[in-house]
Amino acid sequence: MVPADLRFTKDHEWVRVAGDEATIGITDYAAAQLGDIVFVELPPAGRSIDQFATFGVVESVKAVSDLFAPLSGEVLEANAALTAEPELVNAEPYAAGWMLRIRIGDRGQLDDLLDADAYTKLTAEG
Amino acid sequence: MPYGPHTEADRAKMLAALGIDAVDELFSDIPAALRATGLRLPAPEPELELSARLAALAGRNRTDLAAFLGAGVYRHWTPAAVDQILLRGEWYTAYTPYQPEVSQGTLQSIYEYESLIAELTGLDVVSASHYDGAAATAEAALMACRQTRRKRVLVSHAVHPHYRQTLATYFEAGLEFDEVPVVPDGDAAGTVDLAALERLLADPERPVAGVLAAQPNFYGLLEPMAQIGELAHAAGALFVAVVEPVSLAVLAPPGAYGADIAAGEGQPLGIAPQYGGPYLGLLACTEALVRQIPGRLVGMTTDLDGKRAYVMTLRAREQDIRRDRAASNICTNQALLALAASVYLATIGPHGLRDVAALGAVRAAELEAALAAVGAPRLHPGPYLNEFAVRVPDARAVHRRLLGLGVLGGLVLADIEPDDPALADALLVCATEVTTAEEISRFAAALEDAIGRSPVGADARSGSDGRGAGLRTTPAGVGRR
Repeated sequence: MVPADLRFTKDHEWVRVAGDEATIGITDYAAAQLGDIVFVELPPAGRSIDQFATFGVVESVKAVSDLFAPLSGEVLEANAALTAEPELVNAEPYAAGWMLRIRIGDRGQLDDLLDADAYTKLTAEG
Repeated sequence: MPYGPHTEADRAKMLAALGIDAVDELFSDIPAALRATGLRLPAPEPELELSARLAALAGRNRTDLAAFLGAGVYRHWTPAAVDQILLRGEWYTAYTPYQPEVSQGTLQSIYEYESLIAELTGLDVVSASHYDGAAATAEAALMACRQTRRKRVLVSHAVHPHYRQTLATYFEAGLEFDEVPVVPDGDAAGTVDLAALERLLADPERPVAGVLAAQPNFYGLLEPMAQIGELAHAAGALFVAVVEPVSLAVLAPPGAYGADIAAGEGQPLGIAPQYGGPYLGLLACTEALVRQIPGRLVGMTTDLDGKRAYVMTLRAREQDIRRDRAASNICTNQALLALAASVYLATIGPHGLRDVAALGAVRAAELEAALAAVGAPRLHPGPYLNEFAVRVPDARAVHRRLLGLGVLGGLVLADIEPDDPALADALLVCATEVTTAEEISRFAAALEDAIGRSPVGADARSGSDGRGAGLRTTPAGVGRR
């Protein structure tokens, strides 16, 4: 269920690394907990984000939650499709529902993240 | 739920459940110095005596005066339907309901309020209302700071002084504002100094989030709003128009001259002048700012059967959800007063509102001519709608003498701005559609009399009266006509 090639934060963000770049989103578990997502506020390209600091806000019909960065880096692109279709986060959290593409600032920070097994265990504990 | 005070046994049971010994322990987070201790209230009185005492106090209100006081609060004719509809108990809530299945009536009334104010301001989005015009203006300034991620706003000196004071309070925690002076003399005297505005906007170290200007301004004058907006936008700042809603029936609406946000006092829309409120804060913005507007937004949709329905559409940035990251401390609205505004606007209609604004302007022109004829010419040369300042020698003493003659002669401007020599001998006066020709004659005759008995510098009483005029900006003694 949880893609094996991703790393995770305890706050339910995922990151997929490809070379110097990484893609960030929230997990299927997080999207399900939030319910229907109606708005995602993301930083513009060029802004720096810091590991474990907030980089945006996600609003669902039930709650408003901060988004926490799994890695530090510079924003290359925010997913513009989410402006018109925030529900993509619910439908395809690991694919079309991605949120940010960043240039990785410090690869060493990957060691501070959970792997798929550890994250699955975390969500199973509830 | 029936009303009944808790018994000692109730209290003991609750304290035991909480595991504490005294109610005071619940307030231990509040520093002792800030806690209320022992209210000193007078002894209880029998209802008969109390009502007689309150009637005597109410009797001290001067409802006999011909009143020319505006300065942010305006007398208008309110159709009887407005107060009659407000008497219905179904409306008595300050909550913006989030259970559409049980609250269609209240939600529809808020939706209609938002729609009417959107039409009046020419803007896309209207909040479900705020405490008063000052609070709405301060919220507009905060919106500009959040949207631009800048920390400084510029506010025209001709925005209502009370609004500027409220803004200063809101901005105490880490934000800053500068005042834009008004032109001291010449044709544009009393309106925003555009050259000064341009200089203030040009500081590269302190970028500006928003520029606030009032239309009409505090002196009743019309501002070059489009030009102010252009200067603001050229510097990357938002433009906030502080407006008086009745005037929007005849003046260009904020949406037409490029304002990003409009804020204002809704009292002129069917709400009686009253000491200290409650009043109604209007706040509207463009769709681009919808995520920044504080308070609640009600929208229209369809239910599962395809029928029209109203829902709370947006309140995502409120305190109950966002805690310290909330956009504002407001979590509700002025529902009853917003309803009054809606009923007022719906009752008199767009043509009626235009008549109200136009007739006020006509009466004000008559007032200007009558006052000029007895030696009180206008202070500023520029155009106005229904309020203007006049030069009156020894204004404070004259104002007091007018009260003795049955006239509330507007506002002594020096009471509000004692340090401005240009306003030392001036009264701010207004007329609306309820002002009569007879009242204008009474004012002019009384003023002639009062000035005649007040040779400049020869009136011994004027210098010794440190208390100022008997009435200040809030029309405590003015009943609705």
